[in-house]
Amino acid sequence: MSMTEPAAALTVRNLRVGFRADPVVRGVSFEIARGECLAIVGESGSGKSVTARSLLGLAGANARVSADRLELAGRNVLGLTDRAWRARRGKDVGLVLQDALVSLDPLRPIGREIADSLRLHTTLGAAARARRVLELLDAVGLPDPARQVQKLSGQLSGGERQRALIAAAIALDPPLLIADEPTTALDVTVQAQILALLEQITRAGTAVLLISHDLAVVSRIADRVAVMHDGLLVETGSSRQVLGSPRREQTRRMVAAIPADKPRGTRLSLTLRAADAPSPPRVPIPSAVPPASTAVLEAIGLSRSFRRPDGSRHLAVDDVSFALQRGTTLGIVGESGSGKTTTARLLLALLAPERGEVRVFGEPWSAASEKTRRGLRPSVGAIYQDALGSFDPRWSVAEILTDALGLLQRRRAPLTTARLVTLLDEVGLAAAVLPRRPLELSGGQRQRVGIARALAARPEILICDEPVSSLDVSVQAQVLDLLDDLQRERGLSLIFISHDLGVVQHVSDEIAVMRAGCLVESGPAARVFAAPQHPYSMQLLAAVPRLSA
Amino acid sequence: MIGRVAARLGGAVFVLWAVASITFFAVRLIPGDPAQAVLGGPGSQASPEALAMVRNEYGFDQPVLVQYLAQLGRLATGDLGRSYALNQDVGPLVLSQLGGTLLLAVLALALAWLLALALAAWSTRGGTVAARVGSGLETVAAALPHFWLATSLIVVFSIWLGVFPPVSTGGATGLVLPVLTLAIPLAGFLGQIMRESLLLALESPFVLSARSRGESERGVLWTHALRHASLPAISLSGWAFGSLISGAVVVETIFARPGLGRTLLNAVTLRDVPMVIGVVMIVAVVYILMTLLTDAATRLADPRLRLS
Repeated sequence: MSMTEPAAALTVRNLRVGFRADPVVRGVSFEIARGECLAIVGESGSGKSVTARSLLGLAGANARVSADRLELAGRNVLGLTDRAWRARRGKDVGLVLQDALVSLDPLRPIGREIADSLRLHTTLGAAARARRVLELLDAVGLPDPARQVQKLSGQLSGGERQRALIAAAIALDPPLLIADEPTTALDVTVQAQILALLEQITRAGTAVLLISHDLAVVSRIADRVAVMHDGLLVETGSSRQVLGSPRREQTRRMVAAIPADKPRGTRLSLTLRAADAPSPPRVPIPSAVPPASTAVLEAIGLSRSFRRPDGSRHLAVDDVSFALQRGTTLGIVGESGSGKTTTARLLLALLAPERGEVRVFGEPWSAASEKTRRGLRPSVGAIYQDALGSFDPRWSVAEILTDALGLLQRRRAPLTTARLVTLLDEVGLAAAVLPRRPLELSGGQRQRVGIARALAARPEILICDEPVSSLDVSVQAQVLDLLDDLQRERGLSLIFISHDLGVVQHVSDEIAVMRAGCLVESGPAARVFAAPQHPYSMQLLAAVPRLSA
Repeated sequence: MIGRVAARLGGAVFVLWAVASITFFAVRLIPGDPAQAVLGGPGSQASPEALAMVRNEYGFDQPVLVQYLAQLGRLATGDLGRSYALNQDVGPLVLSQLGGTLLLAVLALALAWLLALALAAWSTRGGTVAARVGSGLETVAAALPHFWLATSLIVVFSIWLGVFPPVSTGGATGLVLPVLTLAIPLAGFLGQIMRESLLLALESPFVLSARSRGESERGVLWTHALRHASLPAISLSGWAFGSLISGAVVVETIFARPGLGRTLLNAVTLRDVPMVIGVVMIVAVVYILMTLLTDAATRLADPRLRLS
């Protein structure tokens, strides 16, 4: 490196960003050297994405950005005009967003999207641009680039299009690459591949700024970690130091929230009080296995297929059998497209199996008529991933819960309100949320209302389909703890469906691993994690984000 | 592919049959004697013998069902029959009137698209004031009835300013006011749809990605956002074309312009059943073709639809 070349790809001193009167970023300072990966980790609303966008001059028209120093590749970018910013974007700094399905224009072939930076910043002709696009696709590890350039983002798998998005961001080999939650929408194995690609880009000399809500994800590749909370960087240090011996309260809470490798029954969410007080007794749930005859829910040889648009059949669930024992949790894990959600719908008898049957309390369930089932329905509750989508947006929380209690027609207000408050109390919400509508609630509050709704009918079995997948790690920790408490208090039996093996490991007594509609392995959680039998389980297990620093 | 074409053709035949049947029975609801229409209309003093002869010759004394089947049979062979009032073949008559109406509708659709695109692009880029003004203009324009708009345009441009003739004289200047009358309300309607989808597109992550590559605001609009914004408006254009042709009935009458709309109005007034059915069938064929064209345009604009 010559003397004139600056060591830092990015220097930020006392960066402040506000919208109208609201300061969102309240003075952050950091720098990133070439070939270094810095991760900024924080919960949603901590200001991390706004920070990232300010570095591209894209914080928004209403944003007020100020700093003592803001330098990209050694050159000041504070107060640049729009035109001057455009000349730097893509050339001096690249941006990779979450989920390339919507971050690449769905109407344009990926080749055109990747060639855009070349078209805007270089004088290369069309043929030279096309050659460079193929090189880039090859560099990001997309097989058969010549065929892929013509495809739309919707025709590629999640991992493939994320690679294409990265190729578009590094087309001009910018000294700084910003990746904002680049793996959040991906399956764990694909996530591991994309992280490896980002690591490879770092090693090649690019400075990488990684933005994430998940400490475990970034710990794999970040050289340094900065924890952001309420617009400030509360702790910065090497990954090993920040994750291994966190000094600040907020960091400790984030480390504690990571579910992987935490024994069943361990609390994940540290309240401020609990952290100051001596550690609360961490009593694992007694895993005394009840007699085999107490299966509350059984799947016996379930199969179900769907028609593809071209008329062929797609076997979504193929001869799946398992049994849920009373008071325990059965975790079903698999990647997208493995048939998890179809299984959930079969278990809820929202979908009829083509072969096999579902039995509840030893009685026919899928084979019974809907009329007979309706009497039993209150004992089988459900929690969905998209809590917001599962509510009528025009109903208040009070209406949603009153409906679930089956009291909507009988308007006995005082009695109902008392029951609603009790119900909310059970899921850790205050009565103040009763008049609010789902859109006015935070993600964690919505999922709690979803759980309260499922509990309203006093179910014995709860089927949870990706209940924490759309939540921040810290909120996820609170919801997982809540489910744990409810199971202990009420003796609930849970089916817990997730793509996240770390979460499943933490909550489950028994585990079933699904792949392409088939159950490839099942057994006690401890056994499956200690000694997985099927190669696919081993592959999944290796990809789980854990604190590896 | 062959299956899709067959389904399309079957659908088209069904639509034509339904249109013919509904029109046939609807026309019978107009009070009056069809034989009277043949013999010069309601004012004529036809003798009872002449009326009886006409009834027998045209088959008006047959049961309705027989008349209906005979009508369908003629239509199936492409024969639209003879006009009662004009005593000429309906086919050539209607076709001679088609060109003027099509020209009016096509120009109005094109102008409506231009106005809507310009208004949507301007109002999404010009800040909050522009957004309010744009949205207000669209709502008002979409709510304007044709007859009112036509009269107002005549008052302003013909009587006060004297720029354009109030009656269509056949030249290009005579087209301006009728086209404006049809285009303005449609522009308001299309503009509302376009602005909403344009705002949605401008908020999406792929636009942020494009900006992060150094794309200019104009580039964002032209390479990404406008294409997304025009998709719903393209699908609605087939329907919009149909509404323009029905709007032509009013506009052609007000501006005394020859065309299908006026022909239809006259035919209904005279209870000229073959003429009414003829006009309606031709309009239905145009409508079907327009829908096919819209589908093709949608597939052209949205490559996702071209994948299997």
